[in-house]
Amino acid sequence: MKQLALQALDSALVPGVSYADVRVIESRDRDLSTKNGKPGQVSSAESAGLGIRVLADGCWGFAATDDMSKPGVEATARLAVDIARSSALAKKRDVVLAPENKYEVTWTSPCHIDPFTVSVEEQLSLLLAVDAELRRKSGVTLAQTAMVFHRNRQIFVSSLGSVIDQTRTFSGAGFEALSFKEDEIQKRSYPNSFGGQHQLKGYELIHELALLDHAPRAAEEAVALHSADQCPEGRFDLILDSSQIGLQVHESIGHPIELDRVLGSEANYAGMSFLTLDKLNNLRYGSEIVNAVCDARVEHGPGLGTFAFDDEGVPAQSADIIRAGQFVGYMTSRETAAAVGQPRSNGTMRATSWARLPLIRMTNVSLLPGEQTLDEVFGGVSHAIAMETNKSWSIDDKRYNFQFGCEIAWEIRDGKRVRMYKNPTYSGITTEFWNSCAAIANRDHWTLWGVPNCGKGQPEQVIGTGHGASPSRFHNIKIGAAYGG
Amino acid sequence: MGDSPAPVLSFEECRRLFETVQRAAKSLGVSDVEALIAGHREALTRFANNTIHQNVAEQAQWLSVRVLLDHKTARATTNRFDADSIKSAVEQALALTKSVAPDPDLLPLAPPAPIPQIPRFDSATAEATPVYRARKVSEAIRLVEGAGQTAAGIYSTGQAVEAIFNSQGVAGWHSETSAQFSITAMARDSSGWAKASTAALSAMDPIELARRASDKARLSANPQELPPGQYTVVLEPAAVLDLVGQMFGDFSATALHDQRSFLTDRLGKKLFGENIDIYDDVAHPMQSGTPYDGEGVPRRRLTLVEAGVPRDVAYSRASAQRAGVEPTGHGFPLPNEIGEAPMNIVIAGGNTSIGDMIASTPRGILVTRLWYIREVDPYEKIMTGMTRDGTFLIEDGRMVAGLRNFRFNQGIIDLLNNVEALSPAVRASGEEAFDMVVPAMKAREFHFTEVTRF
Repeated sequence: MKQLALQALDSALVPGVSYADVRVIESRDRDLSTKNGKPGQVSSAESAGLGIRVLADGCWGFAATDDMSKPGVEATARLAVDIARSSALAKKRDVVLAPENKYEVTWTSPCHIDPFTVSVEEQLSLLLAVDAELRRKSGVTLAQTAMVFHRNRQIFVSSLGSVIDQTRTFSGAGFEALSFKEDEIQKRSYPNSFGGQHQLKGYELIHELALLDHAPRAAEEAVALHSADQCPEGRFDLILDSSQIGLQVHESIGHPIELDRVLGSEANYAGMSFLTLDKLNNLRYGSEIVNAVCDARVEHGPGLGTFAFDDEGVPAQSADIIRAGQFVGYMTSRETAAAVGQPRSNGTMRATSWARLPLIRMTNVSLLPGEQTLDEVFGGVSHAIAMETNKSWSIDDKRYNFQFGCEIAWEIRDGKRVRMYKNPTYSGITTEFWNSCAAIANRDHWTLWGVPNCGKGQPEQVIGTGHGASPSRFHNIKIGAAYGG
Repeated sequence: MGDSPAPVLSFEECRRLFETVQRAAKSLGVSDVEALIAGHREALTRFANNTIHQNVAEQAQWLSVRVLLDHKTARATTNRFDADSIKSAVEQALALTKSVAPDPDLLPLAPPAPIPQIPRFDSATAEATPVYRARKVSEAIRLVEGAGQTAAGIYSTGQAVEAIFNSQGVAGWHSETSAQFSITAMARDSSGWAKASTAALSAMDPIELARRASDKARLSANPQELPPGQYTVVLEPAAVLDLVGQMFGDFSATALHDQRSFLTDRLGKKLFGENIDIYDDVAHPMQSGTPYDGEGVPRRRLTLVEAGVPRDVAYSRASAQRAGVEPTGHGFPLPNEIGEAPMNIVIAGGNTSIGDMIASTPRGILVTRLWYIREVDPYEKIMTGMTRDGTFLIEDGRMVAGLRNFRFNQGIIDLLNNVEALSPAVRASGEEAFDMVVPAMKAREFHFTEVTRF
């Protein structure tokens, strides 16, 4: 692979090319799922290919192929250069990159149990056991389980002289119980909705999730929701579980801090950001207890955005985003850092595969733990509504106005659950919401969640991101508008 | 369509690849095998801030093998087409298949059936160069920039081939080209958007789309803020597509069997207004996609909604067997848990132009585009999302001002009961649903629940 990458780089470095990098990638996937006691997905996939990115005549070009023959690689390099030169037909100024060092590194992510060495029989057996447990509850009309594993080896080489060999292994699993009755479909998922929990780990993640142990409660709650009261409409103190906080961070902190969005790169598709450049160090994003970072380092945890180097050869870093409520940082690339006069990229360029161009993507954008115990989060006010597990999510294209729905809610009085609510939703404006943050649970309750389905870019790239969060309380939040009159 | 097409993978190449699959399977003692083969060559020129900032091309192919053995099945996929890699994929598919418990309901491979050819390959589109796209993009940028605005968007062109073969004799092959142009024009406090997609780039006019986006940005300057509430709306086709398009996964026999479809207990009953007729028709001249499904069954035309009554749903071979009916050719590749879905939606149009819809509206809102649409309630089919890039106040039959963008929470069932007028249907392209043939709609009592800051 390394020789192939260097050959491709050599082919791309023709006169007029001021910079080039090549990523050669081999990936492997296994997808397993069940539905109502039968296997659903049972599949494996392997893919290999390379992508060549060049800066020629001051413009970017990118070409990718799975034809890794010498003529195929050379033709792809020529195409990348031709594409870059065509870009010059609509050029305003030359692309400038923030400086970066040369690295020669080989790195493999921690993986205690290789998921590809665990038999499919064992993996399906666990899923079918969970599936059966869910269906033991009368009223569960649909039980679904899933497990996914992904390994990716990437050789990155660049005209700076870097040669970076990274291998990362990801695992994910989860289940859901659906219940249809009369005119309602209710659902409970574990450990999170939309595929469960995903981390940069091996099969040890599956053991840690203890899927079977949590199936009875999920099934019970899915059925019980039919008898629950409708979540009321109005303004209430709101407590969110850590998985929902993770998605709230993703949508209302993670996306708006992407500097390429801020600068307009995504205007036609994903949108822009309310965090215009004048807001940096000049905006109270949240209350004083709100601290957020963008951290791709292993020390932060085994997130979907954990790596040693990003996809343009910049080392993993931790960057402060919100410090004591103040907005202090963006996620950057070498190009965008230079565009705003910053000395260096903070290393967030990632691509979904060999076929796609690296873009600024969330690494692990996390809300740092607070100081409260869980009892203090729940009991700090006499009355609140607590919501768990995302059911729907939507936010405008500048990331101001959001609305989330959750699978279940509870009325909380003096720190105790007193009543179940169905169909809970809440909505607000990003900065007003984070400024209403009144309590954040401590590290004992902090989880690094994986969001496996973040979309951005044209052609679209769906990638996994990490979000550390703990249960948190917010004051005077608008609840229930989605079902309101 | 142009002459001398050159698909990325020919029928003969695909057939030879399947012969390699069959030889590998036979050497492993497997006789029942299916292969999906695909390839594409696509390029996309992306612009923002009135300059091309990303410019990409990719060529990729893959071969996916499914083995059937003793009422078990599983799939393995590779993107390497040499004999050793194909044999390895067959071995992996076989190993996975042996790991699965037998399913007495699993059907044998599909038998062959005549598959109609639908020519959708245009040489000029397949061969469009980076320079061609860059010149068109430059022209579009100049138009927007000339209006004192900032342009962002894409121009993509490409071709794709999909084939399916199985050891029962199924031999399906389809090639098509596609071109897509999308543009957002941004002014100081407003924006406009337009998008189109087509099989042949000659049928698309990027400059006209740029003009439309620029006009919307100009006309929506200095947006007013209107309080949330129920309003009559004129939804342009892209807005109809992205909202109504969210419901078609439920027109599935498997979704009904699983009781996850909003049509559960509602099929055959009047659900929408009498002016709503919806079909699935892969042969429609504005449609795209393969004329057969994931098992090689030819797609049939479905009447999904007739005069407001949900009629047909899609059936895969498995769900058809369960229901005792014929499959409709809408199954996804096996194994899967979803079953099937209609993929070539045509919502019948009417005769009212968007201009006439506006002219007949005393007070209402014109919506260019909707964004970030997600399901709030799966049975009432309540969806939430935002307006974006061209939202206008209509008063006394005229568009009088741009508006700040709204959040909506709207039931699709209610919406399709409140449609007062339909335009002729067009091929619409948005960002939240795959392309469909849909009309613009004028509808009363659309629920806007909040207003955002721009």
